[in-house]
Amino acid sequence: MSDDRLDPYDSGSLSAPLPGAAEAAAAEGATSPAVGRDEWVARHGANLAGRGGIVGTIQARLASVPWWAWLAVLVAIVALIPVGFESGYVRRVAFDTLIYMLLALGLNVVVGWGGLLDLGYIAFYGIGAYAYAMLSSSHFDVHLPSLVSIPLIVALGAVVGLLIGLPSWRLSGDYLAIVTLFFFQLFITITTNGDDVFGIDLTGGSNGISGVAASVDPLSFFGWELPQLTDAGAFNVAYIYVALVVFVIVFVALRFVNLSRTGRAWRSLREDPLAAEMMGMPINWLKLMAFSFGAAVAALTGTIFASLNAGVFPNTFQFPLLITVYAMVILGGAGSMGGVVLGAIIVNVLLEVLREPGDARYVFYVVVLAGLVAVLRFSVRLVVVLGGTILLGFAVHVITSVVSDRAVAGSPAGGGFLTGAVDRWVVLPDSLGAWAPISYVALVAAVLLLTTISGWWRIAALVPTLYLGAFVWENVMLAKPEPTRYILLGAILVTLMVARPAGILGERRVEIV
Amino acid sequence: MAREALLELRGVSMAFGGLNVVDRLDLHVDEGEIVSVIGPNGAGKTTLFNLITGVYEPIDGDIVFAGESIAGLEPHKITQKGIARTFQTLRLFLNMTVRENVMAAAYGHTKAGAFRSMLRTPGQRREEREIRALAEERLAFFGERLMGYRWDQPAYSLSYANRRRLEIARATATKPRLLLLDEPAAGMNPRETQEIAELIGKLRTDGGYTILVIEHDMHVVEGISDRVVALDHGVKIAEGTFDAVATDPRVVEAYLGTGGMARK
Repeated sequence: MSDDRLDPYDSGSLSAPLPGAAEAAAAEGATSPAVGRDEWVARHGANLAGRGGIVGTIQARLASVPWWAWLAVLVAIVALIPVGFESGYVRRVAFDTLIYMLLALGLNVVVGWGGLLDLGYIAFYGIGAYAYAMLSSSHFDVHLPSLVSIPLIVALGAVVGLLIGLPSWRLSGDYLAIVTLFFFQLFITITTNGDDVFGIDLTGGSNGISGVAASVDPLSFFGWELPQLTDAGAFNVAYIYVALVVFVIVFVALRFVNLSRTGRAWRSLREDPLAAEMMGMPINWLKLMAFSFGAAVAALTGTIFASLNAGVFPNTFQFPLLITVYAMVILGGAGSMGGVVLGAIIVNVLLEVLREPGDARYVFYVVVLAGLVAVLRFSVRLVVVLGGTILLGFAVHVITSVVSDRAVAGSPAGGGFLTGAVDRWVVLPDSLGAWAPISYVALVAAVLLLTTISGWWRIAALVPTLYLGAFVWENVMLAKPEPTRYILLGAILVTLMVARPAGILGERRVEIV
Repeated sequence: MAREALLELRGVSMAFGGLNVVDRLDLHVDEGEIVSVIGPNGAGKTTLFNLITGVYEPIDGDIVFAGESIAGLEPHKITQKGIARTFQTLRLFLNMTVRENVMAAAYGHTKAGAFRSMLRTPGQRREEREIRALAEERLAFFGERLMGYRWDQPAYSLSYANRRRLEIARATATKPRLLLLDEPAAGMNPRETQEIAELIGKLRTDGGYTILVIEHDMHVVEGISDRVVALDHGVKIAEGTFDAVATDPRVVEAYLGTGGMARK
């Protein structure tokens, strides 16, 4: 094949005047073809490597920390929680967080890697828990040792996962979602009504399998039992360590799978199923495998959960749990193992912190402050907004206290060092009455108004809106912590997802360019 | 030259809702040949590729690859038998790195299962090293364009031309005997088009692949083809050397129409 014949453009000016081409040609030698010469890369490639400055340096440093170092730090922190905290509550939260971390890891296989919208995921968790309560309790008088029952249940979860994954051969996206969602509803219905299956009490109905009659076994390894409660009746920290060990094993195993041909095939399937099939990957089998792996992890998690609680209740395995685990995966970044673990920690710890008004207050003001800094950066506008809001607050408080004593007679909910400042800054009437819904609606209206104006008008409107926000927060929301914690979590989720759609540690997703 | 047909289509037909897209098509590609398929838009060229790779099952006729019928096989099985393709509308795994895109395509001819991967058995690790080496070798085929720091960049960060190159690299990582290239020069500037033409020649001489290519750029078709097949409305209207096909009145008619009236 001669070059002359190939090159209909050679005599034109298209290829000749590119700077650097001549040198590159000289370096390669006259006979080499034009394949693979990329002057632009040669000149600019190095510049694209990363960001400069302090941010760039920190990013580079963080990126160079190996994954096992992060895992070791996490393990060390969790392992030290029982040492540092006497409180059974804190220990229990640590255990629950580990459970969530495991659930998030399992869901990440199906959703994050396989790209399959599996809304029946919690059913697998429930199946694991129920299976444990049936195979190691007095319910059917079967008392399998943990080292037998747990592998059995994991295998069971994997098989059920395979079966539930079958519709994914023909369905994807919303269609698959609705089928798996139906399966979840089926699980809920069966567990709540399973106390009379042709005369057999299978699942204990709405009471679950629990209590003295069922006496679900604690975990036992080689005859060594881990009682659910210590002699003093407190939470047994051994379960934290069991969950931690399981977490590390699952994390490492899944990481290795992700970086193997199976993991690459899963992610190829997520990116483009047709192209994956065309490149020799059996996508139907890979879908089933993803379902099966996710289900196995969920079932394994269920066994630990059921063994600690000495029982299972249908109420545990409901839609709010599904939504929570999805929120963790999406917030942390679907597809990133570190991300979904971080998401699980953030969501669960945040939900717990928000239970107590004094702690919730810190979260609120820190989030508002962080949001302002994120939007306005460190600028004059930030100073104007913050200073304006603080001054406005004190001014309003002084004026109100002159007008009416009762309007400032209330006291802040909860404790903490902010209560004093809040008492002098936010108007706290002894009772709000009709002003509660009015202020709430006014806040929503003010926020909507903010989105329609711009420039300095927005800055000016931001100041009273922020103060109104603080007023509503202190008077209305903190008075009812239970809905408030979900509202605040929702607001944080929305804000974070707007700022970082791929999640905290997720890779930026590009669909079409 | 004693050549045997690597791929042979015998009276293959395909219809969508009564519309014959490919009609009793006979086609053969010999070992080591570069065959170009040309034809106006809607002539059935991409459908032909979809039939060969198993996306569609032909409603009639047979497709024989290396002496074996592949009609009706699942696409990934066909790929594993040695046919790989690129796509006219690029279909890369955009959110995976450049190297992973190529490594993923080694799935069909590698074996380590998920459990061996979990345990990182020595065999699995050896295989993983081989896959990585294979991917890097395939990427090196394109000179420095897909090398160095690009290996670890997501595929979406690549330019259009580099995406086309990456598609070819990915296809070759399935270790095919026959490469199907669907408009490899589409959307490329003249310089890049010329490079692609050279590259297709290099794929045969250095890579040893037999190549069936759909291309609209007649300079490329002229430069690379041993044989040209012209399709129109799913029917083969001409076959032979570039010069013979390009001057065939039926080909000219298919592209330009007859006289002043457009064909109904």
